[in-house]
Formats: sequence, C-alpha cells, structure tokens
Amino acid sequence: MAVTDAPKMITSRFGRDDAHTLAGYEASGGYQALRKALSMTPEQVHTQVKEASLLGRGGAGFPAGVKWGFCPDGVWPRYIVVNGDESEPGTYKDRMLMERDPHQLIEGVLIAAYAVGCAQAFLYVRGEMALAQERIAAALNEAYAAGYVGKSILGSDFSVDVVLHWGAGAYIVGEETALIESLEGNRGMPRLKPPFFPAAKGLYMQPTIVNNVETLSNVPWIITHGGEAYAGFGAEGSKGTRMFAVSGHVKNPGVYEVEFGVTTFRDLIYAPVYGGGIRSDRQLKAFIPGGASAPWFYEEHLDLPLEKVAVDKAGSMLGSGAVVVMDETTDAVKACLNVVRFFAHESCGKCTPCREGTTWLERILSRIDDGYGRSSDLALLMDVCDNISPGIAWPPKQTTICPLGPSAVSPISSALQRFRPEFEAKVAAATKARADAVAVAVDVRTAVPHG
Amino acid sequence: MARFTPENETVAREILSRYPVPKSALVPLLHLAQEQDGHVTRDAMVHIAELVGVTPAEVIGTCTFYEMFKMEPVGRYLVNVCTNISCMLMGSDALLHHAEERLGISAGDTTPDGMFTLEGVECIAACTEAPCLQVNYRYRTNVTNESFDSLVNELAAGELEDEIPPHGTLARIRQHIPADRAAGVAPPDVNRVPVWMQTAVADTESPAGSEAN
Repeated sequence: MAVTDAPKMITSRFGRDDAHTLAGYEASGGYQALRKALSMTPEQVHTQVKEASLLGRGGAGFPAGVKWGFCPDGVWPRYIVVNGDESEPGTYKDRMLMERDPHQLIEGVLIAAYAVGCAQAFLYVRGEMALAQERIAAALNEAYAAGYVGKSILGSDFSVDVVLHWGAGAYIVGEETALIESLEGNRGMPRLKPPFFPAAKGLYMQPTIVNNVETLSNVPWIITHGGEAYAGFGAEGSKGTRMFAVSGHVKNPGVYEVEFGVTTFRDLIYAPVYGGGIRSDRQLKAFIPGGASAPWFYEEHLDLPLEKVAVDKAGSMLGSGAVVVMDETTDAVKACLNVVRFFAHESCGKCTPCREGTTWLERILSRIDDGYGRSSDLALLMDVCDNISPGIAWPPKQTTICPLGPSAVSPISSALQRFRPEFEAKVAAATKARADAVAVAVDVRTAVPHG
Repeated sequence: MARFTPENETVAREILSRYPVPKSALVPLLHLAQEQDGHVTRDAMVHIAELVGVTPAEVIGTCTFYEMFKMEPVGRYLVNVCTNISCMLMGSDALLHHAEERLGISAGDTTPDGMFTLEGVECIAACTEAPCLQVNYRYRTNVTNESFDSLVNELAAGELEDEIPPHGTLARIRQHIPADRAAGVAPPDVNRVPVWMQTAVADTESPAGSEAN
C-alpha cells in the first residue's frame, strides 16, 4: 500500500466550516500567495508553475505552465477562462472546491492572470451548481471589497476583474472551445482545432487560457511553497497531489486528495482510509479509471499507480479523476448502455459520426438489453464505433471535432472485449425467443379447423 | 409572458456591463428571465435580443441548446433524479421508478397541480453520494425511497421554501462589482499591453521590435 503522508495541498481547508468566507480563508493563510506573487515578476511566477510541472486536471492532463506559455507575443488583450463545468459522469471534485474553498480558486485565478498578463477573467460555473455560484459570488464580493480583486490589486499596478458566469446545462461545454463558444453567447459547440488553439485564438479570437478549477486551485500552494517543493511530491510525469472521486460499489465512496503518481488504484479502492474495499466483500468486476470517457480497467490493473504515463500506456486515462467501481453483480450490458446513453444525449450534433453514431450505438445496445438483439448486432456495434473512432485504438483516432464521440466508443470496446459472453447471451435469448414466436406462428397458420 | 420588469432590466444592464462583447451576456440573461417567470417566455427573449443587440432568432438558437432553459412552464419544483453510471450502480433506476409512482407522473411530466416536474438527468457531480437528486438545483444525496417520500411531503407542505426557491431562481447571491473597484472590461479590439506586463514585455520583445524597425 502506498498511502503516503503527502500534505493536503488543495483540500486543506475542507475541515473548516468558515473556509468559504474571507475571514476563514485569511485566517488559514489565504491571499498570502497573491501577495508573494505580486512581489515577483510575472515571468518568475510563470517559472514556478512550470517547475511544478502542474498537469491540467480537467481530463487531458496537459501541463498548465506550458499552456500559459502558448500565448503569442504582442497580442493583447489576453483572457483567462476557468472551466467549472464539471459534468463527466463519476467526477466530483471541482464542485467541492468551488463550494468549500472559493477564495483559493479566486486566488489561483488572480495569480495566473498576473503571470500571463490577462486583462479579464471569466469564471464559468456549471449552471446546475447553485450553491457553488452563491459561494463564489459571495467570495468575489468580499474579495473586491477587501482589494484582492479589481482595480490596483493590493495597491499594485495589477488590475483584473473576475466575472462569475453561469452555464445552463450542457456536458459538451466542458470542452474548452465549446466553453468559449458558450461564453460568447452561442450554442456550445466545439470549434475545429487546429488551426486555432485557445491560447492563440480563443475568447473573441484573442489569446485565452482555459484552465480547470482544480488546476488553478493548486496555484496558491505552488507560489507559497515553490514549484520545486510541489514537484517533490508525486512521480515523474505526475507531480503534486490530486483529487480522486471513488464512487460505485465501494464501502466508503468519497473524494480523496492523494499523492499523484504514487498511490495505486488498489490503494484507492481497498485502503481503509480511502474506498475501504468492495461492498459486502464481493469481487471486483471492472472499474472506470478516469470518468465515463475512459476505457475500463480490471483486476489486473489494480497495482498501476495513479500516474498519467503508466495509465495511458495501459490503455486508458486518469481523465478527470473519477474512479467508478463495479462489483461482480453488475450487468455489463446495462452499465455499458448507461454510459453510451449519456454520450448520445450529450452529443452536440455538430459532427455527423458522433450525432448519428452515438444515437445508433444507444439504440442497438438498448435493443440488446431489452431482449430484441440480433446476432449481427455485436459486429454492427463495432462497425459504428469504427466510424467514430477509426481502428478503435487507444489513444483514440477520431472523425469528429472533439473527443465526445470517441468517448462513447470506450465503454463498448471495453465491455464487448471483456464481457462478450454477456452480450452474446442476451442476443442468443432474443434469437431463441424469436424462433419460438415463429414456431407458434407457424402452428397457428397450419392449424386447420376441423369440421 | 413578460418582458423584464424595470428592476430586472437594471440587473440585466449590470450583467451586460461586465462583458466586452454584449452577446456573452445571453446565457446569464436567459437565467434572469427564467428566474422572473419560472420559464423563458417569448417576450423575454425578444427583450433580451433588444438589450444584447442580436435578433430574437439568435436568442432562441442559444436558448434551445441548453438543458436548463425551459420554454414551457414547469412545476414549482423541478425534481432531477440522476441516472448516470455511479448513481445507476447504487439504484437510481429504482429510485426514478419510485419517484414516478409517488408523484403519479412519468419522468418528463408535471403533476396536474403544477407543483412537481420530474426528470431523469445526467450526472450532477455528487457521484460519491449516490443515488442523488436535485430540487431546483439544490442537492439531496444518498436518497432512499423513504427519504424521497418525506422530501415530497415537505415540499408539498411548503416546509422547504427558505432553502429551495421556486424554479428559475439559481444563486440567490449575485456578484456585484463596485464602480470604484472595477478594473473594467478588456475590449478585444484594443491591443494594449497590461500595465504590470510592460516591463516584462519590453525585456522580451524589444529585440524583435527593434529588428522590425
């Protein structure tokens, strides 16, 4: 077991009831990192984040410091957009950070805006999160009054407004270019990239940094303790700590901040301080390691560390830090259908392979589950998957603008490969039922009334 | 069927003032319309179009993309039961079925008295406390059939009105940027180096700049 005693970097205030207030935040060291950052040059602040090797926590895991460096020289204004549209099934961390420690996020946004030179910040909070919106609004109002946000922050020449923006219910808006479209008042459909990544041409076609809530919540700790200290935790390629939501069939479902890259899936699922094992001590059937988009893992993957490179290499991803555990009683077909149905519902409709493909995947899986499957359906599923994600490989290729389509392929390729007999059994039962029905029909037709 | 009240028009103008490009305020203004009337009315959308400077068709185009905007009246309480994988594993199918029986309606419908609309929804980020639901976007977690029944009873008896406002109202605290503290919007078409970046920019860009000269 590698349950380490790494410090809580972003959940340290979760024990305080008043952490969401300015008084509670200041009493626990809040806004000291901002003061420190303002005593440094923007370049020095940026360097600390680069040295920390802070990976983005939204799903793709791209290094934040590198992303910040992609803004083209001489093009102003630059914007920063915070992605608080957490909606990947299984994922529960950003809402917690926004509700319980909103000032930490605001401080992270301010430091990032200072380092990159962003003239305005937009904090995009998922529409369904009313409490997070209230906590952030209250926190911003307090922070403005105290001189931490707005004009001439803490008496310096650094000025930036942080604008709270609510979404309105669309998973796809978590994709960064769709988020920008939504923030521009449009339907939240992803933009084709390349040619333009948001750092070059984003909000209003200006250089834009889009970072996840958890990513930016790490920034105050990095500035306070230094990038090198941050990089002292975790493994090569996955530094610091990370929040994981462990849900499904475990004894202690919960959100845990663990040392990144060192702790294993087995720790997270079985250690008494984390998941505590499978409910009723049943057997593990499968687990999703990084949110609904991720291919499934099994028993043999339990000793993999929670580390980006290792998990990528094993054929899945840490994604948004969501571990969904299924025990032996789980119906693989139903679980697969559930995840696919989500993507079919959330497809924005822009790309044909995704719009039509996910819809058909859902219909085919539904009829298999409902007892109307056909013997050709399993091959048909793979054929549709191949149209969305040619070769059905990992990392996925895609015929779509964004990864939503290929995400619907993950559960099917996983479940069909591992639990094929369950699908075949349902199709066989349906085939037999049809044959029986035909036999009855034949009987009726050939039954000639006597007399 | 209402345009914004004078009070809400003031709020709308304050929201608009925070964005460099007015259309960015569309989604927040649609929320304001829904808060005022319980759903987004056609008149409100026309009013929003006037305020933002776009056509009503563009407002409808944006509005219809987002799940939370209701173009028709819904119940005073919108009950959203999560149906996604973590909740499904913990029995959300049975919970939704129970909710349908208790309320006497199918998911997607509204009770005849206009009190409840029931929906099965996608992940609402409470996966470790499954199964979960929201009533007007206020959470209830680890929900059982029994706790669902008492929730419905309390809602019907008006006992939760302080905690759960009628459908349409999201956050009851609004951001307010005091005029004397505002840094101001950053218009996309004004290429100006932020003050605090000027030294850094001068250091890194002057060689390139002098070459260009």
